[in-house]
Amino acid sequence: MIVPTDWVLTLSAVLFAIGVVGVLVRRNVIVIFMAIELMLNAVNLSFVALARSRGAVDGQVVVFFVMTVAAAEAAVGLAIIIASFRNRATVNADELALLRG
Amino acid sequence: MGAALFLLLAVLTVVAALTVVLHPNPVKSAMALVVTLFLLAVVFVLLEAHMIAALQIIVYAGAIMVLFLFVIMLLNLQSDEPELGRGHGVQRVLAWSGGVLLALELAVVARGVPAAKVGATPAGYGGAVAVAKSLYTDFLLPFELTSILLLVAVVGAVVLAQRQRRPDVS
Amino acid sequence: MIDVGIAGVKALLVLLMVLNLSAILLWVERKGSALIQDRIGANRANIFGGLLPFNLGIINTLIADPIKLLTKEDVIPAGADKLLPFLAVFPVLVTFAAVPFGDQLQIGSTTINLQVADLDIGILYVLAMSSLAVYGTVLGGWASNSRWALLGGIRGSAQMISYEIAMGLALIGAVMTFGTLDLQAIARAQGHHFFGVIPAWGVIYQPVGFVIFLIAGIAETKRVPFDLPEGESELISGYFTEYSGMKQAAFMLSDFAESVVVAGLATTLFFGAWQVPFLFRDGFHFPGGSVVALPQLVVVVLQIISFTIKVFLLCVFQILVRWTLPRYRYDQVMDLGWKFLLPIALANMLVTGVVVVLAG
Repeated sequence: MIVPTDWVLTLSAVLFAIGVVGVLVRRNVIVIFMAIELMLNAVNLSFVALARSRGAVDGQVVVFFVMTVAAAEAAVGLAIIIASFRNRATVNADELALLRG
Repeated sequence: MGAALFLLLAVLTVVAALTVVLHPNPVKSAMALVVTLFLLAVVFVLLEAHMIAALQIIVYAGAIMVLFLFVIMLLNLQSDEPELGRGHGVQRVLAWSGGVLLALELAVVARGVPAAKVGATPAGYGGAVAVAKSLYTDFLLPFELTSILLLVAVVGAVVLAQRQRRPDVS
Repeated sequence: MIDVGIAGVKALLVLLMVLNLSAILLWVERKGSALIQDRIGANRANIFGGLLPFNLGIINTLIADPIKLLTKEDVIPAGADKLLPFLAVFPVLVTFAAVPFGDQLQIGSTTINLQVADLDIGILYVLAMSSLAVYGTVLGGWASNSRWALLGGIRGSAQMISYEIAMGLALIGAVMTFGTLDLQAIARAQGHHFFGVIPAWGVIYQPVGFVIFLIAGIAETKRVPFDLPEGESELISGYFTEYSGMKQAAFMLSDFAESVVVAGLATTLFFGAWQVPFLFRDGFHFPGGSVVALPQLVVVVLQIISFTIKVFLLCVFQILVRWTLPRYRYDQVMDLGWKFLLPIALANMLVTGVVVVLAG
């Protein structure tokens, strides 16, 4: 059951692009965060595919680290969202534009 | 046979990813992301990365997404209203066309990579022993640094999310 | 194609076994709890209005209950979600794909491994499926659009993710002892005997691990004494209050099936899975030197029976615990999981590691 590597890389490209569109189009901060996770997963997919085509497990270990960093980032990011929600009662990115003059 | 299965999984994954990005209800988006992660784990199994597939479900679909769902329920988010306001229509068209262009570019670059012919992978490839051996010998320093990173993240999340204590009025 | 057919038959057998065990456990639960509480239990159901000369007893109730659940009116409060209960059942039933229920069966020239899926990362797969079981609870509570269910759902999912950690760490001790993640290999490794007499089951290697795993498993299945999410005296039915009929049946089924899964895992890792003491592939080899040769089919049947009996006994133990102990308060549940079980599981891992390295 051999899957051609470039098919997997194409899927990874499509998922990454969907994630980028999600970050650009949606206004809900949590959904933007989920689109970022989607992008990270697309990258994981291409790491795994290329690791298999090389026959080495280094790519899979990198995926392990990406997952760990994504977990840490999700925890801290969601805590920030909760803290800012307490003050502003909104998760709309347009209304959270604190730096706008 | 493997290729046909992969095509089916790829179509389902793209549909689930589009649901994540397009559905107005954040809870349904989160569930669609869980489905995407599960399907990606199945693709990992097809690519003989068994340990990473199990870790994907345990860590990503089983812990990180539960955290997302907790936060969504805690904040009691309802469905997003369709955004109004000037500039949004133009922005959306630009974003979508940019996304399609990006997908095409990345796909072209990806297919151009001179990937080696996928021969038979070494025995035990993708199993726990092979990944662990590489992790604890070649990647030992990043592994230890990751533990510090996780500690920092846990402390940071607890500090950021706890309620402010009111100073005593006495 | 033959392989797919054999795998399908095995999957069907395992599914039937789990479902039947759940039904029998329902019977044991109702009559056993009645026995413990000094009452009679359910005995009002009857067939054909009592025209038959004999009374089938509890069997009537066991037939009547599913019929009632299936034909009940489906009351759906406004805004509730519908597909969820089946999502709750799926990870629980699928976990049994990695659990071996016998050694191997030789039919002609094919050797059938009596395990639905021979995964070399068996234990990781089991942990992954139990992580997915959280979604049934958290979404069941939220989707009902009712505050009692939501409270139950949040408490339940927080409890489940806390005890997942202790469960995983307890399993690591067993993994270190046997040196593999493959459940069938672990089952086979428990086949020899100490001093020729005592069977080398996992509980002798890892007593602390077994206790931690059992406590964490009972907490994962949200049974008493950890049933605050389902708090029958406070939250009506907790996170599945608003479901009726078929969906409630699905939730109940997932409750008992989880119980069976925890018992099945504990059996595989700590009680020798399908091993019968002194039974090898060709028959009994007693320590006195006598050998009783048995045909292979009899050996396999004995192994399957032994597995079923061990799982059943552990489930009965869980039921006994349920009807004996009072309920933990929520902060006590969290304290137990994080401040008590987690450090003990880590210490167990450390000690096991040291012993494994020293013993070679």
